[in-house]
Amino acid sequence: MSENEWVSVADKGSVPEGEMKGVTVGSTEVAIYNLKGELYATDNLCTHAYAFLTDGWMDGEEVECPLHAGRFEIKTGKGMGAPIPCDVKSFPVRIEGDKIQVKVG
Amino acid sequence: MSDQNIVIIGAGHAGGRAADALRTAGYTGAVTLCGEERHPPYERPPLSKELLFGAIPHEKTYLFPEAYYAEKNIALKLGVAVTAIDRQAQRVTFADGSTLPYDALMLTTGARARRLPLPGGDGPRVFYLRDIDDTLALREKLGEGTRLAIIGAGFIGLEIAATARKRGVSVTVIELAALPLARVAAPEIGEYMAQLHRGKGVDLRTGVKVTAIEDTGSELRIMVEGGEPIVADYAAIGIGAQPNVELAQQAGIECKDGIVVDQFGHTNDPKIFAAGDVTRHLNPLLDRHVRLEAWQNAQNQAIAVAKVMAGGDQPFSEVPWFWTDQYETNMQMAGAPDRWDRVVWRGEPTDPGFTLFQLLDGRVVAAVTINNARDMRFGRMLIQSGKIVDPAALGDKNTKLQDLVR
Repeated sequence: MSENEWVSVADKGSVPEGEMKGVTVGSTEVAIYNLKGELYATDNLCTHAYAFLTDGWMDGEEVECPLHAGRFEIKTGKGMGAPIPCDVKSFPVRIEGDKIQVKVG
Repeated sequence: MSDQNIVIIGAGHAGGRAADALRTAGYTGAVTLCGEERHPPYERPPLSKELLFGAIPHEKTYLFPEAYYAEKNIALKLGVAVTAIDRQAQRVTFADGSTLPYDALMLTTGARARRLPLPGGDGPRVFYLRDIDDTLALREKLGEGTRLAIIGAGFIGLEIAATARKRGVSVTVIELAALPLARVAAPEIGEYMAQLHRGKGVDLRTGVKVTAIEDTGSELRIMVEGGEPIVADYAAIGIGAQPNVELAQQAGIECKDGIVVDQFGHTNDPKIFAAGDVTRHLNPLLDRHVRLEAWQNAQNQAIAVAKVMAGGDQPFSEVPWFWTDQYETNMQMAGAPDRWDRVVWRGEPTDPGFTLFQLLDGRVVAAVTINNARDMRFGRMLIQSGKIVDPAALGDKNTKLQDLVR
């Protein structure tokens, strides 16, 4: 699977509002979020320790890591204070036909 | 506040977070962070896991790169101990004879591994695991087939056991209590962890009292009450930690198995604050003083107290929370109950993941998740809410925990 192009990763309805889903694109773990009907995507691995953000919780416009309660802004990937050392990457996401597509890289 | 001078004694996890939090809170005066170790502040959880295994270089545990401190105008004074605090003169003295004045002092002196108070407890084949250098020294000894005896089946002992097994070490764990984690967890969890380790080939001996460690010159003979000696190449001791209170004690600061502080980190000297492992602090949610040896407390209490030092007025008030990783198992625990009157299982111990709640008078006082971290957030909220919950609903996986919190 090649990077830096749109890749279909899930069915359109598979990420209901207020929920998230982890997918893999090439070697990248991606989290897809549905925030009030809008889709967003970030790297799924916490930048602090090895954990999938999709195993954590969405709280308002932030996602909380299940291991140490580090938080990221869903829309931008911005790390919101300790223990997060740096932001997670944010990826473009769109709906194409009946699929959710993301572009990583 | 720009002409203030804050000195932080102890450059561990709490000290590092405190220094950073002072800057984040907008404090612009001087900050000097003093540590006895040669390393800048680092997180300890990876020591007994990734670092002991050899999966990461030790620099990976650092809170921030060393250059970060200069960027934030935080002076690092490492590799030299503070030997005295003169409260009258508001000045600290270092082992090298130098002194430093302070307007406010933060004590984040942490804790140290409790030594085995028995003959042979400090020999060259006996290891403790508290800091980076301890970990690197023990790691060198752990090869395929090495015989390691671990004394103490608490968090550290079990984590060393799991890491050592992953390196092909032959492991015997000796515990005085009837179950592992007896000091911190419910017996149901201790039983689960015992089975986990035995399943991974650990020779776990509980209810066994060590009386001495003999070094024959080529191996150790661990003498136990009423049984044959246990023979090993090396021993690792994990029998708890004791707070580094001596400096505070000598300066007349109130200590009681830890530096006594309120929910804001105040000691009995208005110029002196404390945070992290070394404190016995008032937890407003539990309504009692606790001393916690944990990552969350090191990080969040330090941040909270630093904010108070920078002029804030918010207390540190969180449900205590711990975690451990052993083999492929992630265990998390919230609450620090001194008693409970029933447990509720959410799932079965044979499930890939489950949660155990401990209740007192119908309220959740502790939650333990095994490979089930998703329940932890709501477990913490349930404890914090102090609500009386229906045990049947709590134990029913079809009931959403968030609905019980509301």
